[in-house]
Amino acid sequence: MLNYFPEEVLEHVFDFVTSHRDRNAVSLVCKSWYSVERFSREKVFIGNCYAVNPERVIARFPRVRSLTLKGKPHFADFNLVPPDWGGYVYPWIEAMAKHGINLEELRLKRMVVSDESLELLAKSFPNFKSLVLVSCEGFTTDGLAAIASNCRFLRELDLQENEVDDRKGQWLSCFPDSCTSLISLNFACLKGEVNAAALERLVARCPNLRSLRLNHAVPLDTLQKILTQAPQLNDLGTGSFVHDPDSETCGKLKNAMKKCKSIRSLSGFLDVNARCLPAVYPICTNLTSLNLSYAPGIYSNDLIKLICHCKKLERLWVCFFIKLIHYTYFFSGVPLSNQGLNWIMQILDTIGDKGLGAVASTCKELQELRVFPSDLYGVGNAGVTEEGLVAISAGCPKLNSILYFCQQMTNAALITVAKNCPNFIRFRLCTLNPTIPDAVTNLPLDEGFGAIVQSCKGLKRLSVSGLLTDQVFLYIGMYAEQLEMLSIAFAGDSDKGMLYVLNGCKKLKKLEIRDSPFGNVALLADVGKYETMRSLWMSSCEVTFGACKTLAEKMPRLNVEIINEGEEIEASPDDRHRVEKMYLYRTLVGPRRDAPDFVWTL
Amino acid sequence: MVECEKLGFEATELRLGLPGGGEKSNANYGKRGYAETVDLKLNLSTKEICLDQSDLDEKNLNKEKNLMPNCATDSVKPPAKAQVVGWPPVRSFRKNVMAIQKKSDSEDAEKGTGAGAAFVKVSMDGAPYLRKVDLKMYKTYQELSDALGKMFSSFTIGKCDSQGMMDFMNESKLMDLLNGSDYVPTYEDKDGDWMLVGDVPWEMFVESCKRLRIMKGTEAKGLG
Repeated sequence: MLNYFPEEVLEHVFDFVTSHRDRNAVSLVCKSWYSVERFSREKVFIGNCYAVNPERVIARFPRVRSLTLKGKPHFADFNLVPPDWGGYVYPWIEAMAKHGINLEELRLKRMVVSDESLELLAKSFPNFKSLVLVSCEGFTTDGLAAIASNCRFLRELDLQENEVDDRKGQWLSCFPDSCTSLISLNFACLKGEVNAAALERLVARCPNLRSLRLNHAVPLDTLQKILTQAPQLNDLGTGSFVHDPDSETCGKLKNAMKKCKSIRSLSGFLDVNARCLPAVYPICTNLTSLNLSYAPGIYSNDLIKLICHCKKLERLWVCFFIKLIHYTYFFSGVPLSNQGLNWIMQILDTIGDKGLGAVASTCKELQELRVFPSDLYGVGNAGVTEEGLVAISAGCPKLNSILYFCQQMTNAALITVAKNCPNFIRFRLCTLNPTIPDAVTNLPLDEGFGAIVQSCKGLKRLSVSGLLTDQVFLYIGMYAEQLEMLSIAFAGDSDKGMLYVLNGCKKLKKLEIRDSPFGNVALLADVGKYETMRSLWMSSCEVTFGACKTLAEKMPRLNVEIINEGEEIEASPDDRHRVEKMYLYRTLVGPRRDAPDFVWTL
Repeated sequence: MVECEKLGFEATELRLGLPGGGEKSNANYGKRGYAETVDLKLNLSTKEICLDQSDLDEKNLNKEKNLMPNCATDSVKPPAKAQVVGWPPVRSFRKNVMAIQKKSDSEDAEKGTGAGAAFVKVSMDGAPYLRKVDLKMYKTYQELSDALGKMFSSFTIGKCDSQGMMDFMNESKLMDLLNGSDYVPTYEDKDGDWMLVGDVPWEMFVESCKRLRIMKGTEAKGLG
């Protein structure tokens, strides 16, 4: 019966099917649905740029207008992947230009983007509207200048946490006077200055501008002028927030802020004088998203004062700063008594946790929380503990996503959190010492994480840390039915741990493991599993060359890549040699041709 | 010491018991590679740490031999490194931004504040009279702390050796002398609030501090 629907009707119905997963499902129903779907799909999402190649994508989806690509494996964020590994966007842009694709939107994550690619992009697609680059590298402000100059209908230029070389070439001034279409502009990650007058004029002529995130080099008085021109903003990233708090500029800023009744999202404070913070209180009442994680000088008290105004917050990213050292050595470097120091430790602990307590009392709508470590090599800071997490879970029942760096954790706390918040979709816990046991009982944290996976039936992403045995993986395998991504570090005792996960988590897409004693038995137990997943990363584990070769032989539709760093390995290594870094992923197009010398595809 | 405790290792004689803490057994689950791959001493050497303190730490670390599992399963572990690569897992971009901020923070602290004096009264609970200090004479919290320590040492520490310094290598003596000296430095800021010293960058502190009070521990509990 379905075959009698004219294609136009199917196409019209499919217009309402927007998520790429649903679209994928639709395309599997039958040949005619596959055909209608592929011609009507405009947004294509490719989770691993090496799983397929540009030609095949274009062949299947000739009407693609929006392409999302992800390149390097996630652990590249933490320096585990050497530079020049790959993830180049150029071939994609080149292919689309060649085939006359009407590209309007390009969203890239962890890819290498050269100025050349940006120039080609800018010149090849006359309707190009939106460029979003997240954690990318390889380009300079010259590339941005090309985009600004040539993309006449540009609506969105969103640069998030990219490593950009600043050529001091006034890229922002390259937006022509005729450019009035900007809706979103985010250059917070750039290091250099932009011409303030050019920025102000640009903002003034773009009446649809809704999102603006400035970089560190934009001073407070420019911000004040911009806000006066753009009271319609929804999302603001302040640049530098430093000024004499008693000055006229700060007064003007406060007034300008009062008029910005639409701001719902606030970030930036890349340099801040805490006494200027009250200027933002007028917009706090309606804020749903607040990112203070890059603010250096906002110490806990000021943070608490700010948060108390933010009752509608749904998303909060913070960092707690505490200078423990100053107290310890207050009296001429002589250590304080047991009791004194012990007691001071308690105060300082609770300042970090206390800040979270303030969040828990105020932000009842909170859904997502990220607490970053304040001092990365910091054994000197008390940071936050399990108490803060428990407080949040008790006060914020809608919490569904958390990233929490902490000094210590306990099973009891995790069990309480699991009871309070059964709705977690993403749960990432990172103890600063990766193998720290339960701070009270000294036991592994298996039971705590076990409670999380048992209670949170919708959990899709999990990162575990702390002292963990195979037991936690048994729990994960048994209960984490919806789990799609799992990150493991310094955990487990034997192959059993990994096997529990591979056997139990049916929806697993990405598994990344480092410094854990999982080896060949686990790797080779169910080779077919890897074709149901996007990728597997294993570094500093127990797998050997021989096992990787065996796997590669059995599974031709996987690329099994070994990353060799250092000069130790020249010729063919012994099969019994441990592999330092292995990254495998399913692919339709065989070994990639752009792999550098140090990457071997078996 | 503090740092070690927070890292989950058995502390020194000076126990930093957290609330509810108490004796920690030294159960060694240890096939973990982390303990070997981190050199705690390197982690401890930030600018602010008194060298003497880290000497004390070293002595006590060596005492508690089972702190660092001298690991068995060597076939597994990579060679010891100064710091574990990629831990904690924070994006390099964020790490770089914070490193720059930290650097400029300490540079600012060193530059000093410029013209004019900033005399503030300093009181200490139990002391018979107040003192005055010029905050602009110091560039860091450490310098201020040294000066105040000298000013009030006769009230806090009692017996000093001939050089006016504590012989803190002798722990039992230390315990006797220091027991009960739990003071907390606080200050009144421009808004009239009583704040714990040390939260804000030095320059900001100098700007906003109106007076100092060295409070007895128990009284300062309500702060923050």
